[in-house]
Amino acid sequence: MIAEAFENREPQGSKQLILDRLRGRAVPSDGLPEVDPGRLIKFDDRIRQFQETLEFVGGESHLVDSPEQVREILEGIDAFSSADRIASTYPEAIEPTVDLAKVSDPHLLSSLGWTIARGEFAIAENGAIWIDGATLPHRVMIFIAQYLAIVVSRSQIVDHMHDAYARIGAPRPGFGVFVSGPSKTADIEQSLVLGAHGCRKLQVFLTP
Amino acid sequence: MSIALPIVDHPQAAKDFVNNVPRSHWHDDSLWFVRTKRDRQAQSLPEWEYLRETASAIKRHTIANLPDYLQEFEANAIRMGAVVHWAADAAEHNEIVLGLLRKNKTHRIIKSKSMLTEECGLNEFLIDNGIDVVDTDLGERIVQLRGETPSHIVLPAIHIKKEEVGETFHQHLGTRKGEADPQVLTEAARGHLRGKFLEGEVGITGVNFGIAETGGIVVCTNEGNADLGVSLPRIHIACMGIEKLVPRFENLAVFTRLLARSATGQPITSYTSHFHGPRDENSELHIVLVDNGRSRIRDSDTFRDALNCIRCGACMNTCPVYRRSGGHSYQATVPGPIGSVLGPTKDMKAHKSLPYACSLCGSCTDVCPVKIPLHHQLLAWRSELVGKRLLAWNKRVGMKAASWLFRHPRLFFTAGYTARVALKYLPKSLTHNRLNEWAIDRDLPDPPKQSFRAWYAQNRNVAKPEQPE
Ligand code: SF4
Repeated sequence: MIAEAFENREPQGSKQLILDRLRGRAVPSDGLPEVDPGRLIKFDDRIRQFQETLEFVGGESHLVDSPEQVREILEGIDAFSSADRIASTYPEAIEPTVDLAKVSDPHLLSSLGWTIARGEFAIAENGAIWIDGATLPHRVMIFIAQYLAIVVSRSQIVDHMHDAYARIGAPRPGFGVFVSGPSKTADIEQSLVLGAHGCRKLQVFLTP
Repeated sequence: MSIALPIVDHPQAAKDFVNNVPRSHWHDDSLWFVRTKRDRQAQSLPEWEYLRETASAIKRHTIANLPDYLQEFEANAIRMGAVVHWAADAAEHNEIVLGLLRKNKTHRIIKSKSMLTEECGLNEFLIDNGIDVVDTDLGERIVQLRGETPSHIVLPAIHIKKEEVGETFHQHLGTRKGEADPQVLTEAARGHLRGKFLEGEVGITGVNFGIAETGGIVVCTNEGNADLGVSLPRIHIACMGIEKLVPRFENLAVFTRLLARSATGQPITSYTSHFHGPRDENSELHIVLVDNGRSRIRDSDTFRDALNCIRCGACMNTCPVYRRSGGHSYQATVPGPIGSVLGPTKDMKAHKSLPYACSLCGSCTDVCPVKIPLHHQLLAWRSELVGKRLLAWNKRVGMKAASWLFRHPRLFFTAGYTARVALKYLPKSLTHNRLNEWAIDRDLPDPPKQSFRAWYAQNRNVAKPEQPE
């Protein structure tokens, strides 16, 4: 009978049809549970926990005190010193070689070697960093660059995802992403390979 | 829509896989490895059980109030600038997607993993309509190039050996013959798919979570393929089952903590992307909400909780039957314990053998992050199938006889005696014949010397139970 009801629908009538089907069966329920913060994990040393977890998920982290130090460390990496197309939203340390404001079509970023981006805050329990899309002239820069570096303040590390979402607050139209380690796959016989479609490696700089 | 599906006989479909003993063991070990990674992550969080309980309660609340939350979601998604479509079934879903592609005169699609589009047969439908669809998840691309279907919802190519991937890539991507190094093969796929990403005109993704309160959607991947696929083209189509909702933004915390830990033993996926509306004023975000039988599952008090599923795959990784028989033996989009619950909701007759592809060990229920009582549901299916007379005759006759016997103590006594004697003297040719599938790989136990009844009569005065303190 259900199949018949579906077949007799009007064009574009499916919204009402689906809602009617659902409303036709009242299901009693308890209220929406609230999470009790007292029952959640707390880390004594969030910086260390973040660094260890990031390493576990294949990323590398550096404690730095100044933008110059970020530059020094990056320049010591071969893949960086030999890269010519660099996007950066952290010009204090790295001047971009690609002027993102002049790029009208994201496809033009296909040969990007590096992206240096800012993170808003990081999460100790899972090594993730929140990147607010509003800081990115093109969101594809996070995913298309061969290598990614994220700069985030080490005073901005929260314990877990509950604190993370509380921190983001009410989302505005747009985009945001938690990045935890470089892109990866284990689709061939469960062997972990870093660098699936997104960045091959991830460097995280923890500034004061 | 009611297509008569072929009747799946799980034992028959599993035969080849199981008979290849080294391969079956290799598959078993691969999945057990994933299961142990999951255990390590679960044990690292003292609040793990609390999270599971909370996740389950959030989902039950959402499913109960689904019509309200769907409307809230739609209103907010529109406010964010998305276009929302409603599809009652798979056919309508496919038509909506094709309509969008036609309207925009687009022919090249890049797609990230979505079990919903697998369920709807979207790829085949689009290809039949002259559209080029490229799966971009590495595992899905491998099975696509081989003309197969995924055998696992999180690890689509878990059944394929690296040498076989090498051969497929040699044929399609021109890698060196005999190349079997996962690093090299992944690199080849990266290069090949980069080209496809750049050519893609529309990006299609699934949805892990939709948020009623904000009208946003969340997509989780490790490879970054969903993000790359929707950050380049102008149009993003997100296909979402109506059960994927959570009421509030903050609820995502519970689910993002559970999902990857349960799925692959990672603390979170590499990318957890939140989309609220389209990329910019020149772009479009279409969200297709699909029922396709979900409202019917919601009607059932017994099976409703199956809609809690967040498609983590943990129940498959732990299932002794799945691990040894392989995902394809289920011949369903979703295999394993949850697939065996969902299959019969679509077509009870076609999938009637799936609730029996289960030892009722309960391991699936123990690992499920949203606490679906999977093995109870599988048992419930068995009684429904019996009620509908859909049980195979050899099981039906056996069960009837057993139930009759248990209701007649005297006969039970005699039968027990006969069996003890018979087990001792019957030749193997009689117990191990074609009619007794159970005995194919097993031996009958040595018969006990006496019945429990006789033992009790002898010992009741000797073996007094200990007095409670
Ligand atoms: S039923 Fe539970 S364990 Fe299985 S895939 Fe769904 S959420 Fe994961």
